[in-house]
Amino acid sequence: MTDTTELLIDLAEVRKCFRAPDHSDRVVLEDVNFQLKQGEIVSLLGKSGSGKSTLLRIIAGLIEANGGKVHYRGKSINGPVHGISMVFQSFALFPWLTVQQNVELGLEALAVPADERETRANEAIDMIGLGGFESAYPRELSGGMRQRVGFARALVMRPDVLLMDEPFSALDVLTAETLSADLLELWLERRIPTKGILFVSHNIEEAVAMSDRVLIFSSDPGRVKAEVPVPLAHPRDKDSPAFKAIVDHVYAIMTQRPLRPVGAEPLSLGYRLPSATPHKIEGMIETLIEPQFAGKADLPALADELQLPDDSLFHLLEAGALLGFIRVDEGDAILLPLGRRFAEAETADRKALFAEQLMSHISLASHIRHVLDERRDHRAPEGRFIQELEDFLSDDEAERVLEQVISWGRYAEIFDYDYTSGVLSLPEDEDEDEEATPPREDAAE
Amino acid sequence: MPRTIIPATVSFAPNLRPNVWDLAVLPLVLAILWVLAFGGAQMATPYNIGDPLPITLDPGELPYYLLRSFLRMAIGLAVSMVFTLVYATLAAKSKYAEKILIPVLDVLQSIPILGFLSITVTGFIALFPGNLLGVECASIFAIFTSQAWNMTFSFYASLRTVPHDLNEAADMFHLSVWQRFWQLELPFAAPGLIWNMMMSVSGGWFFVVASEAITVNSQTITLPGIGSYIAMAIAEKNLGAIGWAILAMLIGIIIYDQLFFRPLVAWADKFKFESSPGEEIPTSRLLDMLQRTRFLRVFSAVPVMLWEWSLPVFRKRADGLGKASRVALRLPWFDRVWNVFLLGIAAYAVYRVGEYVQAEVGLDEVLHVFLLGLITAVRVIVLIAVAALVWVPIGVWIGFRPRLAQTVQPIAQFMAAFPANLMFPVAVILILHFNASVEIWTSPLMILGTQWYILFNVISGAMSMPGDFRAAADNFGLKGWLRWKRLILPGIFPSFVTGAITASGGSWNASIVAEYVSWGDTTLMATGIGAYIADNTQKGDFPRIALGVAVMCCFVMLFNRQIWRRMYRLAEERLRID
Repeated sequence: MTDTTELLIDLAEVRKCFRAPDHSDRVVLEDVNFQLKQGEIVSLLGKSGSGKSTLLRIIAGLIEANGGKVHYRGKSINGPVHGISMVFQSFALFPWLTVQQNVELGLEALAVPADERETRANEAIDMIGLGGFESAYPRELSGGMRQRVGFARALVMRPDVLLMDEPFSALDVLTAETLSADLLELWLERRIPTKGILFVSHNIEEAVAMSDRVLIFSSDPGRVKAEVPVPLAHPRDKDSPAFKAIVDHVYAIMTQRPLRPVGAEPLSLGYRLPSATPHKIEGMIETLIEPQFAGKADLPALADELQLPDDSLFHLLEAGALLGFIRVDEGDAILLPLGRRFAEAETADRKALFAEQLMSHISLASHIRHVLDERRDHRAPEGRFIQELEDFLSDDEAERVLEQVISWGRYAEIFDYDYTSGVLSLPEDEDEDEEATPPREDAAE
Repeated sequence: MPRTIIPATVSFAPNLRPNVWDLAVLPLVLAILWVLAFGGAQMATPYNIGDPLPITLDPGELPYYLLRSFLRMAIGLAVSMVFTLVYATLAAKSKYAEKILIPVLDVLQSIPILGFLSITVTGFIALFPGNLLGVECASIFAIFTSQAWNMTFSFYASLRTVPHDLNEAADMFHLSVWQRFWQLELPFAAPGLIWNMMMSVSGGWFFVVASEAITVNSQTITLPGIGSYIAMAIAEKNLGAIGWAILAMLIGIIIYDQLFFRPLVAWADKFKFESSPGEEIPTSRLLDMLQRTRFLRVFSAVPVMLWEWSLPVFRKRADGLGKASRVALRLPWFDRVWNVFLLGIAAYAVYRVGEYVQAEVGLDEVLHVFLLGLITAVRVIVLIAVAALVWVPIGVWIGFRPRLAQTVQPIAQFMAAFPANLMFPVAVILILHFNASVEIWTSPLMILGTQWYILFNVISGAMSMPGDFRAAADNFGLKGWLRWKRLILPGIFPSFVTGAITASGGSWNASIVAEYVSWGDTTLMATGIGAYIADNTQKGDFPRIALGVAVMCCFVMLFNRQIWRRMYRLAEERLRID
């Protein structure tokens, strides 16, 4: 047991659920235990929807946990705390305030006198490399500079703990690397009084490069699935074998299948289908069959080849696995025989194969098809299915999942959808109505 | 026009000596202040009902009348502003208040203002016995009611849509309610609010003109102002005086625009949350000049001082550490009690109104008034359709020619502000001269003032249509009707709906003056609910005025809900270009 004064943030058995419209609770976080110690940078990784941003907001005091212990230096957090500051993914700058005024915002709230405010704000602005831009408005700045304002605004509060919600994900790669390196430098040289940093990331390499520990979240409900220490000294060389080994390890943990062999049992209706368009799935399978991979690819290499952020890659892999085209094992994506058949088939056969897999593995898709088959007019409003999904998922998520299955169903031509009326229907026969069939642009690809 | 940038360094060493800009602006500011003070002093003069209020048709008096009308407009606007800030904030912050305030606002904005003028004036006269202030207040109240509701809705909508991340940032950095209002909510709402203010003032001139000559108990009180001047000119059949009044109104609107709105819009540009590239930055000569004066710089130290002083007063004392400081107020049973309470009140009100109407006018008349409402509804629909047929092609044609659009756009906005009731006498003369049908030819008067909203919205819709859409349409050889069906109509639909909503609302209101027009002692009366209200106002029959107003209110609400809101949603969801 560590000395309690060393603990900045202490979470035990934290639980968070949101109220669904039918008054049932949807659990977002369950039994989360976590400690942030002095002098640590910790990153949170996980699929979207795993509740890591929610956890960050609970620590920030922006939302309330439904149970468990949420402590900052031994006292419970019931709202935003003075010692904790936050950097937002969207920057969240006030566009009508200048850089200086944005940075002074939190000091004004503490009623710090005007001249002291100015001095402290100027220090923070200079430190983060924005000197000379004090009187600029955020709209005049590039994305990277805007996030620097976000950092200055957080650091001017002299925070004990700094929280960051995907601070670099809205920036391009180069800008993100420069900014994270600058922040790391301030931290390593002890130029900021901050004792601990906790950040949510969607980029595995970035997380490994910056943090002392990487926490990996599982979803539904979100909990800490694994913890990977990064015992490398700064500055870290991203091409070194040790670094690459850790990145590989994290990839492997994140793609571990939730104990469900392919095709063993039908998915629950409310399964969170991954976001992946049929054309992206096609693209991934076509890439896997290329000679350089020959049916088996290391995940970081695949991410690089497909030029996808980690988050999208995981969605794509899961979709491929759910449909029985690929298998993910120990950080490798492996093409299955069915996937090989798919890759080699012509458009019409591909669609038939896709439809077959969709009907046998994705119960939401087969459910929709059955409902449409049974109805006399072969039509059903989308609201009906959204309502069914809302038993399992939040409103937004239910809509997203339905949208996803519609995109797959349209590609497989097992059902059709009319955006204007929001009605699902069986696809019309091609020869009956030429105009109604979607243009076959994919055939040209 | 090149914008000169003010060197930022000047503010650090405040030099109190006036500079050349002060010499230009200071006299202007002082002159405005003096004129306002003079006009204000004239408002509170002794008065008893029955005293004659002489209005002369001497054009030399017009500047004075214009000033008085001007002041009413300014006070009405100020009151609307205060009302907006308080009412909308309450509605947005308290869910209990919201449940009453928003439906009430919805009803209020559907009530034809001109209809209940004669009801409210009695109350205001009783408030200030023996003083003209009561009548002034009634007129200002009419102006207020023509402006406040849409400003309030705009502000409420803005408060509800403050971006989530900015709200979180405000929480995270411990902003107090006070600081949040001034630094987040008000700035975020400012562009919408100012736009609605301009629209309100535009519509307000109509009510200034209509509300200065008020009929109470068959007595006509004429407040000194441009509206009374016109009423007098109509009564005396003096066409020359009407001409002078139109000229004075033109000048008045231009002054309002240049001295007030131009600087305001140019200044508020920085509050725009997102600006699309290539958008014209509004400029104002007056604002540029004001910003260069030392006077303003010295003067602006006052709000800064107040702000600094207010910060410690309103600061949040405790943060979220330790004992539960979060207010855990969750009482589901109270929600239910509250709902039942509100329903009870609503039911009781409906019952009392029914009883009153039954006793005073009888059910037959109610049905008759509904029929009249239907007739006016047909007029409104036909007029909007006709206006659309005329103005959509013209608006698109203008909007696709940016040069031309920049000249036409201000003119269209100006026409919308111009009180159409000034033109009514001309219509009466024409109808009498050609012996035309009153039922048909008084109708266009309803849309005379409001059609411009359709025009300038269509122009701006056509202007903002992305160039590559048109290029693509040209490339595919889209021509004639197909071009309209596939490109132009969907492209301008959202702007058209915005314009048509304003035009339709304004037309209902205008029906009260348009279906009942006079010239000298000739009065032309069409069949419709507007004429019914106007006629009973003339007779002083309160129950029938109330009935007419209530029925018209029902129609307007039905229109808003069943037609406009649906079209608006369609435009928002399907046809938005983003």
